[in-house]
Amino acid sequence: MRTTRWVAVFGAMALALSAAACGGDDGGDEGGSGSSNFAAGSTMARLNEAQKIRVGTKFDQPGFGLKGLSGKPEGFDVEIAKLVAKALDIPDDKIEYTETPSTVREQVIQQDKVDIVVATYTINDKRKQVIDFAGPYYIAGQSILVKTDNTDIAGPESFKDGTKKVCSVTNSTPASNIEQYLGDKAKQLVLFDIYQKCVDALKGGQVDAVTTDNVILSGFISTNEGLFKLAGQPFTEEPYGIGLKKGDTAFKNFINDTLEKAFQDGTYAKVWKETAGKFDTTELKTPTIDRS
Amino acid sequence: MSPVLDNIDVFLSGFWVTLQLCFLSAIGALLIGTVMAVFRISPVPPLRAVGTGYVTVFRNVPLTIVFFFSAFGLPALGSNANFLRIPGLDQMFTRLGIDLPYFRFAIIALSLYTGAFVCEALRSGINAVPAGQAEAARAIGLTFGQNLRYVILPQAWKAAIVPLGSVIIAMIKNSALAGFFGVIGDLSNAGLALITVRGEPTIPIMIGISIGFLIMTVPLGILLDRIEKRRAVAR
Repeated sequence: MRTTRWVAVFGAMALALSAAACGGDDGGDEGGSGSSNFAAGSTMARLNEAQKIRVGTKFDQPGFGLKGLSGKPEGFDVEIAKLVAKALDIPDDKIEYTETPSTVREQVIQQDKVDIVVATYTINDKRKQVIDFAGPYYIAGQSILVKTDNTDIAGPESFKDGTKKVCSVTNSTPASNIEQYLGDKAKQLVLFDIYQKCVDALKGGQVDAVTTDNVILSGFISTNEGLFKLAGQPFTEEPYGIGLKKGDTAFKNFINDTLEKAFQDGTYAKVWKETAGKFDTTELKTPTIDRS
Repeated sequence: MSPVLDNIDVFLSGFWVTLQLCFLSAIGALLIGTVMAVFRISPVPPLRAVGTGYVTVFRNVPLTIVFFFSAFGLPALGSNANFLRIPGLDQMFTRLGIDLPYFRFAIIALSLYTGAFVCEALRSGINAVPAGQAEAARAIGLTFGQNLRYVILPQAWKAAIVPLGSVIIAMIKNSALAGFFGVIGDLSNAGLALITVRGEPTIPIMIGISIGFLIMTVPLGILLDRIEKRRAVAR
């Protein structure tokens, strides 16, 4: 009697589970609007069929990728990612955002945790050895943020004397760039994992300056009314690109085509004005896509 | 292992920074821990309360949070930990005297956190001394301080040495957190930078970092074993 009762219970559970599983599968199939104008077997076709794209972006960069109270990030980088998703016929709510701080941007692509990375990602040759870049979609420049009443830092040369302390983020191009201008690295350089910690250190006076791309700094100026200013002019050129898996030339060309279309039909200028353009009023220059 | 050998200068300088950090934090932790242990066993109730409160807080708050308070809370309170820029010491340990306060903040965080565990380890050693010893000391008229110094502590440290050793070894491993709170160039972060910035292969570098920590912890463990064999209480 007991055995038959257990068999009946398990049989009922198994039936219920398989019914639920079947129901789930049916629901998934209806979602896709698989459009057939992508080459079979390409990344575009795969993403379009899955109706899902995984995007790595920053969650803490005002104007570029800032996680709002809705739980989703907002900003210029996010809008660029949405342009790519739209070109793949994937609706905005099917984009999965992952936070990718500067240190992990190559790893998440290499380990296939995201499909693209749009995270104030400077194109440089060293990174090109392990991943590919589409774009650039924006040209920033490295600059220095100081307190409003600071008069003794006018540019990167001010750090040669070895007394001024500067903060940046680990494994970022601004950090390696500023190292060349420092008199004594151990006494002058502080690295954290996110820029907000640098800004806090600047507020508290532990460091005299924060250095990174000018648009990121402008974002922090706008969120800290009147506390900070930029010292001097941008002293490098930082082309921002979209990171993707190495060797995926078809996907790279597709994204480049999407970007060029957006440059020409006004969408690019529009999304800039709605996001980072609100506090960076310098004129927006359309970059030239690097097809190399 | 060639990535390790090619970058041996990075490992050596990282090892040196971590060694300095651990040495200074160990001294701080032992000092704070001993004071707190004495507080906890003292006959004065407010001191006992202070000791118990300290241990309750710092044994239970995660080390990361203690580091946050130290690296970002202390500056908000206006402190640059300048009291740690001790004139003689900062010639030997250069990072102590520089303007950037994060090395000193790391020492404060590690010492406060580890001090709670040192206090408990010492207290367990003190409790291992038979009660008759303290009673006899009181009977012959020794004050609390004399009691501790001549009767209890000389017997207690033998029982406390093994847990103390474990606590210090745990602190050496915990020092890796300091790299995330503004200390540049400590062993684990210098190694991580090699992986993320210079693109060296992960496993050999991680083995190198582990060897660096083992060089610090294993001799300590062997030393404690020796001391235990020669001096400790066998029951």
